[in-house]
Amino acid sequence: MTPDAEDLRRFIIENFLYGDQRILLKDDDSFSGRGIIDSTGVLELIAFVETRFGISIEDEEVIPENLDSLAKLTRYVARKQQSGSHAG
Amino acid sequence: MWNRESGEPIDAFRLRRMVDTLRHRGPDDEGTYIDGDLGLGHARLSILDLPCGHQPMSNEDGSLWIVFNGEIFNYRELRSELLARGHRFRTQSDTEVILHMYAEHGDGFVSSLNGQFAFALWDRIQQKLFLARDRLGVRPLFHTTHRGGIRFASEIKSLLSDPGLPRQVDPLALDQIFTFWFPIAPRTGFVGIEELPPGFTMSVTREQRRLRRYWSLRFPPASRSNGTARRSDTSYADELISLLDNAVRLRLRADVPVATYLSGGLDSSVVTALSHRHLGNGSRTFSIEFEDAAFDETRFQSEVVRRLGSIHSSFRCDGRAIVEALPRAVYHAERPVLRTAPVPMMLLARGVHESGIKVVLTGEGADEILAGYDIFKEAKVRRFWARFPSSRRRPLLLQRLYPYLSGFQRTAGYLQTFFGQDLEDTGDEFYSHRPRWRATAPLRLLYGGELREQLKGYDPVAELRDHLPPEFSGWHPLSQAQYLESAFLLPGYILSSQGDRMAMAHSVEGRFPFLDHRVVEFAATIPPHVKIRALREKHVLREGVRGLIPDPIIDRAKQPYRAPDHGALLQVAGGVELTREALGPEALATSGLFQPEPLRALVAKGSRQPALGARDTMALVGTVTTQIWHRQFIQNEGASS
Repeated sequence: MTPDAEDLRRFIIENFLYGDQRILLKDDDSFSGRGIIDSTGVLELIAFVETRFGISIEDEEVIPENLDSLAKLTRYVARKQQSGSHAG
Repeated sequence: MWNRESGEPIDAFRLRRMVDTLRHRGPDDEGTYIDGDLGLGHARLSILDLPCGHQPMSNEDGSLWIVFNGEIFNYRELRSELLARGHRFRTQSDTEVILHMYAEHGDGFVSSLNGQFAFALWDRIQQKLFLARDRLGVRPLFHTTHRGGIRFASEIKSLLSDPGLPRQVDPLALDQIFTFWFPIAPRTGFVGIEELPPGFTMSVTREQRRLRRYWSLRFPPASRSNGTARRSDTSYADELISLLDNAVRLRLRADVPVATYLSGGLDSSVVTALSHRHLGNGSRTFSIEFEDAAFDETRFQSEVVRRLGSIHSSFRCDGRAIVEALPRAVYHAERPVLRTAPVPMMLLARGVHESGIKVVLTGEGADEILAGYDIFKEAKVRRFWARFPSSRRRPLLLQRLYPYLSGFQRTAGYLQTFFGQDLEDTGDEFYSHRPRWRATAPLRLLYGGELREQLKGYDPVAELRDHLPPEFSGWHPLSQAQYLESAFLLPGYILSSQGDRMAMAHSVEGRFPFLDHRVVEFAATIPPHVKIRALREKHVLREGVRGLIPDPIIDRAKQPYRAPDHGALLQVAGGVELTREALGPEALATSGLFQPEPLRALVAKGSRQPALGARDTMALVGTVTTQIWHRQFIQNEGASS
């Protein structure tokens, strides 16, 4: 499944912002910088992305450069899928 | 109560009902005194001078009357001084000492008391009511104005026993609780009901009411806190332990047995060991055990018990017990809480009460006055890092701070973004606490439309700023952070929601040697870099107690007191139902405080995940307990709901 920014946006809003649709989340907004995500939140995000897109995220890849905004996340997932690290 | 404007005689039935709601605080005796339009009522927990300490108590000619909750620990010394000045006493109680101190010195005598107290003193001749509360806020005192008259009590429920009193949520207080965990005194959760803040007296006559602050925590200016200490660490440690030992000795004064709470951490172990020195064999200790290993400290408790040979009792607590007791804990706390941690304290008090003990010493206060909390170290590391913001190594120090948080190690790559917000804004007076308040800020997304409307333009941090002393900006950053914890969180949550209210729910009085004002004032003079040596918190205390308690207790990493919360509410039988009811559409519509959709999403998330993060946990516990609180107090359904 290809990463879909809207799909990710929906997950972020539902899971971390109590589904509040009034919140404007821009593609480059930092999840941690805006206080949307804490350390447990990062783990929740990892679990979601792994299941949803069939990839497996290594510990050293758990860094803001890969996961901390919609744009970064979409790029990272696409890259992982291309590099053939599909879990199944 | 005093109908000071209307002059209407006191309704004895109404006064009696106010006392009745407080019988859990004082099951041993009760009494009332009526002087025309003034009435005093008291429910007594007998600890000193069991046969003669009946209250309300008067002086020998009946011109002064008092109701008093708490203890004056230096009453024997004060009594000797008064005897030398010709005062005559009828009892051996500390209560009578207060009456004579007032007669001798007037209002200013409060500064001579070493104790934990809340009292109301009626001066018949001057027609003056004098209310006072201890320095740190150990004992509670609430008051309200009703039809020009004043009502006061140890707990809000006593005031609300009058059906004529309005019951209304203070939206600003609620926002403060969801931001800081406490309402900023004098606010309470209720419009029109105020708390007499710690360290204050209030003098009321027919014409006027005057609030006076007689004590406040003060630190030396930063210019004197920095640099090299003039004294050795050992000399600070020795003086601290000597003061603390005296504070413990004074707090063992009672005509009933005194025990200690033993968490297994440094502070309670120190208090236990010092008490044991004075009590010898036969001293008693009480602990909570948690089924969940993540919270349990049994191993360390056993270590101390083995060393001291105390008679130890331990009470096991699991999610189910927490859920069952949660509504009752909210009833006693009289405000919403964002964590379930108060509940086990109430269950522990029940066990202590059933063991026939009325008084316990605990280690409360050490983390505030000696800089034990992680937040202090966190701020220190962030400041160190802010000097070289591009450093990759400096933020790694933060990793050491939270080893007990699940998942924290895996997200180590995130340290810079989690803690790097406003990193370089080191001049901010709230630098230490910003990350914490940022974490609670999203909880506002849960508020209902009307609440949001009421809070438009309101900033709780600005209100907090208004309560800071003028010297605050000149203090060392650690002193500033300590002040925020000691002057606000300590009385507003630790000593109240988690302290007095939980212990007194089962007629147990907590005593806190670390909060003896002499210990507190001395601790404030210890230079910040000595308090936290490198990243070693409570360094001076650790230095001082080597040999007194087992080394593994001295050298163990700090484990904050926590209790099972999310799992208890969403994954244990009873909790699921409680949550469903509290956050159901009907209950939410009745209170109107929260939006149903986000809470549905939160509950769904918490039901499918094995764990929730800190913020979601606070959201869940905070909304559930607010709903319970609303039902009990605003809808007036009482403790059974």
